[in-house]
Amino acid sequence: MAFMIDIKKNLYDFQLAVKLQSEEEIIGILGASGSGKSMLLRCIAGLVKPDQGQIIINGKTFFDSQKKINLSMGARKVGFLFQNYALFPNMTVVQNIAFGLDHLPKNEKKRRVDALMEKYHLGDIGNRYPTQISGGQQQRVALARAVAVEPDILLLDEPFSALDVHLRNHMMKEMVESLKEFTGLTLFVTHNREEAYRLADHIAIFNTGKLEVLGHKDVIFKHPASLETAKITGCKNLIKARRCSDYLLDIPKWGVTMQTTMKIAAESGYMGIRANQVKFVNTSEYSGTNCFKVYIADESDGPFRTSLYLKIGSPAKSLDDYHLQAEISREERDRLFDQAQPYEIEINPESVFFVTE
Amino acid sequence: MGFDFSPAWISIKVTLTATAIVFFLGLVIAWLMTNYNGRWKGLIDGILTLPLVLPPTVAGFGILLLIGKNGPIGNFLEIFGVNIIFSWYAAVIAAVVVAFPLMYKTTMGAFEQIDPNILSAARTLGASEVKVFWRVAVPVARPGIAAATALTFARCLGEFGATLMVAGSIPGKTETIPIAIYFATQGGEMQVALIWVLIIFAISLTVLVINNYWESRKKKQQRGFGG
Repeated sequence: MAFMIDIKKNLYDFQLAVKLQSEEEIIGILGASGSGKSMLLRCIAGLVKPDQGQIIINGKTFFDSQKKINLSMGARKVGFLFQNYALFPNMTVVQNIAFGLDHLPKNEKKRRVDALMEKYHLGDIGNRYPTQISGGQQQRVALARAVAVEPDILLLDEPFSALDVHLRNHMMKEMVESLKEFTGLTLFVTHNREEAYRLADHIAIFNTGKLEVLGHKDVIFKHPASLETAKITGCKNLIKARRCSDYLLDIPKWGVTMQTTMKIAAESGYMGIRANQVKFVNTSEYSGTNCFKVYIADESDGPFRTSLYLKIGSPAKSLDDYHLQAEISREERDRLFDQAQPYEIEINPESVFFVTE
Repeated sequence: MGFDFSPAWISIKVTLTATAIVFFLGLVIAWLMTNYNGRWKGLIDGILTLPLVLPPTVAGFGILLLIGKNGPIGNFLEIFGVNIIFSWYAAVIAAVVVAFPLMYKTTMGAFEQIDPNILSAARTLGASEVKVFWRVAVPVARPGIAAATALTFARCLGEFGATLMVAGSIPGKTETIPIAIYFATQGGEMQVALIWVLIIFAISLTVLVINNYWESRKKKQQRGFGG
């Protein structure tokens, strides 16, 4: 199992230029909306022709601009799962799954469809139309239809983006199970960090047509390699910083220095701290490292968690006069608000990272 | 003197033939135009739609130039001793030209409404363009196509101006119901005209109503409960 993609394609307002090579089975492609990640999938499937480059999947050349190879979509054997599933509304579940199997003899086709119906728990809805089944069933039908042609690679284009939170969690669980059944490469595109993290062990970060980084999800989320990666993985606190020594950063805007466990190489760059890594402490637990007095500038409440906008050193003059953002539980917030300002925060040097542009 | 029913048979013959031709022609050309995005699209679309906005007499005049005794097509057919002007074939041609834009425009609208992902899905499953067209695009756009076909039928049945110019009104040969109504009225035979008016009224309404019921039945089948 391996694939090699190296393509260029001019899009309306930027160029898609991707080099991606891996032997991993499931890769999540994480990027903002409009960063060209769906276009990448379309190029692999053959729906769109890249301007130049190569696409080689499992040793099979799908596209090679120099050798003038451009396999037809049928010959590529790609399973494509669309955002809205794109089931054929005029066909029953069975007919949908059998659509790609017309070249097979009748009894072989029936055997394959029956096996897929069983595998994806579609037992008794074979004769229903797509509008007559639930969202979860639609997803399973779409997946069964895509893998029916026994593809080498499965491409999932934002499969959960149209769902509400509850259904999304449920379907993600189902998808994790279903993907286990599939032996082949899977490329999964999303703009949602959580989806990428839950579905794939390896994540590629995408930024306006370029691949920022590909790596194991824990590495990417803990120590992003670039400013863009840090932003896309959801780091709320990113601020210009200067190197003082190997393990000490100076943050001029905040008027403080910050200790790190990561060795600082470059002279200047950005310091990052995730909002949930900012800890509120009592003076008694004070360790002295990366501890600051803060005042609250603003607050935004979620149902279970609260975001606090904090200013280091002096009271905030307005709602947007703040330095960093912290995320804590509602209980913690209530306990905190019993006390008087300023509060003490502590930032573990291990959770401070430094990136360059 | 018995009532001459020949205009009814001629009308039905001409209308069914023309509708069948327009149906396939309109379907295929609408699909090709939906998928064509070149710079000539606006011009080609304009030409194909023109008969809808021009008076039918202009269409009739154009057809006469082409298939008349001295027209290029008329000349060519003359070699084989075939003369289509003032035959029921000419009436079919007139109906086809005048009704085509209705079929083409309505069908293209239906094709453009199809979720492009559905067509992409068919293609990634290895479907040929012919299969994408017949198994996906046409069935998915079926309500629009059915409406277009019903309109085409009604337009062909009601065609008058171009037909009169190229096929004339030869009783028992090219005299269709609309032409019979015109000449009956001109000749003061108001009762004959009224009978034809009622007949054409009945045929048109029947076709449109059958189309509506058939469509809602199909819709129910696919939407079923809940939808």
